[in-house]
Amino acid sequence: MAVTETEQRIIRYNDAFNETLAELLREDPDIFIAGEDVGRYGGVFQSFANLNAEFGDERVVDTPIAEQAIIGLGIGAAAVGLRPIVDLMFMDFVMVSMDQIANQAAKMKYMFGGKAKLPLTITTTGGAGLGAAAQHSQSLEAWLIHVPGLKVVYPSNPYDLKGLLVSCVRDDNPTIFTLHKAMLGSKGHVPEGLYEIPLGEANVVREGTDATIVAIGKMVSEAEKAASTLAEEGIEVEIIDPRTLLPFDMDTVIQSAKKTNRIVIVHEAVKNGGIGAEISAQIQEQAFDYLDAPVTRVAAPFAPVPFSPALEQSYVPNAESIAKGVRDVLHRNI
Amino acid sequence: MATKEQTKISKEVLFDLHRRMVRIRLLEEAAGQLASEARIPGFIHLYVGEEAVAAGGCVALKDEDQISSTHRGHGHLVAKGGEFKPMMAEFMGKATGYCKGKGGSMHISDLDLGMLGANGIVGAGVPIAVGAAFANKYRNNGLVTMSFFGDGSTNIGAFHEAANMACALHLPIVFMCENNEYAEYTARERVMAITDVADRAAAYGMPGVIVDGMDVVAVYEAARVAVARARNGEGPSMIECKTYRYYDHAGVSGLGRTYRSDEEVQEWMERDPIKLFEAQLAKAKVMSEEEAKEIHAGIQAEIDEAIEFAENSPLPDPEVDMLTDVYTEVS
Repeated sequence: MAVTETEQRIIRYNDAFNETLAELLREDPDIFIAGEDVGRYGGVFQSFANLNAEFGDERVVDTPIAEQAIIGLGIGAAAVGLRPIVDLMFMDFVMVSMDQIANQAAKMKYMFGGKAKLPLTITTTGGAGLGAAAQHSQSLEAWLIHVPGLKVVYPSNPYDLKGLLVSCVRDDNPTIFTLHKAMLGSKGHVPEGLYEIPLGEANVVREGTDATIVAIGKMVSEAEKAASTLAEEGIEVEIIDPRTLLPFDMDTVIQSAKKTNRIVIVHEAVKNGGIGAEISAQIQEQAFDYLDAPVTRVAAPFAPVPFSPALEQSYVPNAESIAKGVRDVLHRNI
Repeated sequence: MATKEQTKISKEVLFDLHRRMVRIRLLEEAAGQLASEARIPGFIHLYVGEEAVAAGGCVALKDEDQISSTHRGHGHLVAKGGEFKPMMAEFMGKATGYCKGKGGSMHISDLDLGMLGANGIVGAGVPIAVGAAFANKYRNNGLVTMSFFGDGSTNIGAFHEAANMACALHLPIVFMCENNEYAEYTARERVMAITDVADRAAAYGMPGVIVDGMDVVAVYEAARVAVARARNGEGPSMIECKTYRYYDHAGVSGLGRTYRSDEEVQEWMERDPIKLFEAQLAKAKVMSEEEAKEIHAGIQAEIDEAIEFAENSPLPDPEVDMLTDVYTEVS
């Protein structure tokens, strides 16, 4: 891997994922990976490349295309003491396996009066931008944050990806770790070796005074671009990347709301019933008196993800629509 | 399937089969009575009539082996070594129950006994059992998982996914079908175009056998063969036990229904697994009628004690218990 003059180790988001898995597999013999195409082929995005060759068929397991059984495999193995990582090739397949995720994995500990411990990590890929259309492009975090017992993580850069993935795998609860498929080639600094970023801690990506953007996944980088544009207009925005969507670090958002008094929430999923609705509701419950404008959401329109690049590009929020949202809460759109 | 071993079953095992069946029967009758008096809240799915399946299956297992269960899970937990006091307390929603009153009848479990949970979703326990079997193979620990499910479960996708995966990965698991002829309140022949669930085994590449599910020795012997096969690394098997549910899918009635005839219920009850077995044991001079009565009385006394324990147990406290056990805290 290249090391730049600033001693930063710049690698791709997808390679950070792959490297982290390899390091985890080397560290803990109770960890195995199972999923569709993850073994010999290395995953449809090559996220699992070379792992089967290093760790063998026993630890990097090709499964049938059977999402319920894949999640069940992870649940049963975790319940008797292993630390499985099971992969749902696309986040859209969450719905195919939802009973095992929401009725089984999430509830087992509670239903059993606390006796179960489920150190299960479900990895998946969400997000639009690859022309994959309605059934391979969704961000379904809102479906998952509704379920007590789960933890839901959506990293926005390679550094966070590694630290959050390590925390997910070492966590004793079922976690869902989402890669953004349009970010797989994006690059960033990633240290060698394993490190943890605690689940449930937001990252203040940029400090500002005029408005706060809460952005999720790939929307964080779009928010940063919007912030540069807005800075040229004399608007200083704060950007918060929650990183973990369940549990959600509301304290950091509330502190920021009390400072900037204006909030824009950005996510790729449709606005209706999205995570922005929950964040917005909690802000008004906890910081209503501090708000100088209604909380604004920048999110996808209420339609399935379209195929044609012409449609898809305007479906997903971007720097421009985010900047517009900020100007809205500042009443500066003409 | 391998040729049935013609081994003589020891007296100890015969008594164990009997004891586990009677424990299930008497607990279930007591639970049904309590439910009818509203001393047990919620839904209750009684195992009465199917005792030979859980007992025959679990006696063939080691204590460390795992099982998965169904809605109708009391019998499986008892057969795997479940104790009456925490079971009865759980039925009543008490803090001293196996699940601290958070699971109830439909989710009763004890992972320490290798019982992966009763399950309120039809067929959903099967993929979880496959996961436990995977872990056994991964660890090469020689343990076996037995998944109990009904005929109805074999019509749901999760079952097929799990059966295929277990066979593809060659896992140490026994698929134990309780074919009680009804999926909830719908007769098997109305929702399946085949008569024998065991026919489905061939589709995944595993042996499937049919046994008389009212004959505990037949179940035990088939289970022994399948368990040995799994333990020896020879892969999954399916056993279909033809059995019957005396009560309705849920609740404490079973007669005068539109979905089945009383005559049919009576016919099956004449082949009651406990009565049949006690007659065999008496005829073979293994257990006298007197001995059997004493065993019933001893177990009944235990159950009465468990009811008293449960009724005197504290309820969970909403202030304290509502939000605990949702997550495993970071240590």
